[in-house]
Amino acid sequence: MLDAGFLQRWMAAAAAAVEREADHLTELDSAIGDADHGANMRRGFAAVAAALDAEPQTTPGAVLVLAGRQLISTVGGASGPLYGTLLRRAGKALGDAAEVTPEALAEALGTGVAAVAQLGGATAGDKTMLDALEPGVAALARDGDFAAAARAAREGAAATVPMLARKGRASYLGERSVGHQDPGATSAAVLFAALAEVAS
Amino acid sequence: MKMLINVPETVVADALRGFAAAHPELTVDVENRIVVRRDAPVAGKVALVSGGGSGHEPLHAGFVGPGMLSAAAAGEVFTSPVPDQMVRAAAAVDSGAGVLFVVKNYTGDVLNFDMAAELAEDEGVQVAKVLVDDDVAVSDSLYTAGRRGTGATLFVEKIAGAAADEGAPLERVESIARRVNAASRSFGVALSACSTPAKGGPTFDLPPGELELGVGIHGEPGRERRPMMTAREIADVAVDAVLDDLDPSGPVMLLVNGMGGTPLLELYGFGAEVHRVLKERGVPVARTLVGNYVTSLDMAGASVTLCQADEELLRLWDAPVQTPALRWGR
Repeated sequence: MLDAGFLQRWMAAAAAAVEREADHLTELDSAIGDADHGANMRRGFAAVAAALDAEPQTTPGAVLVLAGRQLISTVGGASGPLYGTLLRRAGKALGDAAEVTPEALAEALGTGVAAVAQLGGATAGDKTMLDALEPGVAALARDGDFAAAARAAREGAAATVPMLARKGRASYLGERSVGHQDPGATSAAVLFAALAEVAS
Repeated sequence: MKMLINVPETVVADALRGFAAAHPELTVDVENRIVVRRDAPVAGKVALVSGGGSGHEPLHAGFVGPGMLSAAAAGEVFTSPVPDQMVRAAAAVDSGAGVLFVVKNYTGDVLNFDMAAELAEDEGVQVAKVLVDDDVAVSDSLYTAGRRGTGATLFVEKIAGAAADEGAPLERVESIARRVNAASRSFGVALSACSTPAKGGPTFDLPPGELELGVGIHGEPGRERRPMMTAREIADVAVDAVLDDLDPSGPVMLLVNGMGGTPLLELYGFGAEVHRVLKERGVPVARTLVGNYVTSLDMAGASVTLCQADEELLRLWDAPVQTPALRWGR
């Protein structure tokens, strides 16, 4: 079972991983976007980690809701509302249970992913964060295996390389977006990797 | 890459501190990154709030003041502001007559302004939105997020701001803003890439002998690359791209906009060529504005925006305006 402490450790690990990967994310974003994804994610997750340090939450749902609200309030761009919605909706779906199973977390994240798809008007295959989020959540739902979820998300991000971007800033590139890994899918894979790290 | 900055993390806050020092006639909240008309809220008048990523100066803070915007929210470089900033700005300027959000069509700006509108309405502020999407370089197809918002933002903010100043109700200010956007089209050309402080260098690779036709204001590539051309040839391409999409039945208002890294000497020369093409195509020009208004950091290049004019739009365009970057008539 996963408690609030586990979710807090996930967010702390996510903040550290985003910090390590920030330059790489910005590099990917400069190829097909506007070169700010790493800096934005770093700012947002640093705020998440600081807020959870200052105000430790007592339920898994509350951790994710607070994290999501922080992202919306600090990131800006498209990734703020999208990642913020992902975590906030997932947290709300968990309700006020003190402990949850990995499968319940997967189901809640699935609710968050659906909200992200609706907000951004995108579907898997559009070369967005959904291409890593959907396989990651699906793998977690299958057998509650965090390592498998991280692997599926990473493969999902890698699979965006040959895709034609249809949403977000990269969509303005059309054909020229082909051949580059999507920065949003990459950061989504980073979040799953952090989840696997705290679970191991 | 040499930049006149301290560290990338503080460029926006540093710029706002300098903006505040240079413009004591405006209220600058550096912490929350909003710039507000000193006399806001103006009793009985609709307020205009805009904002977007930084790096496009003077857009948007440079257009805050009587006759134009009531407030502007500054995001990180090329990143939209967060909803909290927009809500704060809206609350600071709302006189009870409502607020119009002027939003450029980028996913981040749209999402954050949508969230802000919801939150502001929860606080009892009546909000309307206008989406600016004038860039003809990217087509509005199933496969894109729609046209980008660029130079027409200036026409929308100036003309809707004048309407609000005259006391027009929210519904009317909104409909004029939509009309201006629908009547406007833009096309941009880059001669060099722009450099973001976060990256510390150019965000894309544009070889010295080439130019990018249809570039976006964040350096997003456009339609194609070609070997460098003369101002005359570029004017032909840019104006024809706009006129392919906008068939003006009368005079137009023209913005010859610099991307930030091109001197006025070149912009005026380019403007002369734009006037020549428009004359050849039989399009009379009623007003012309030349300068760096919707920029892309240090990018060299220019964009052309045409707005189909009519008597009312010209009257509102000519109305007095007093902002850091645009002022006339008072």
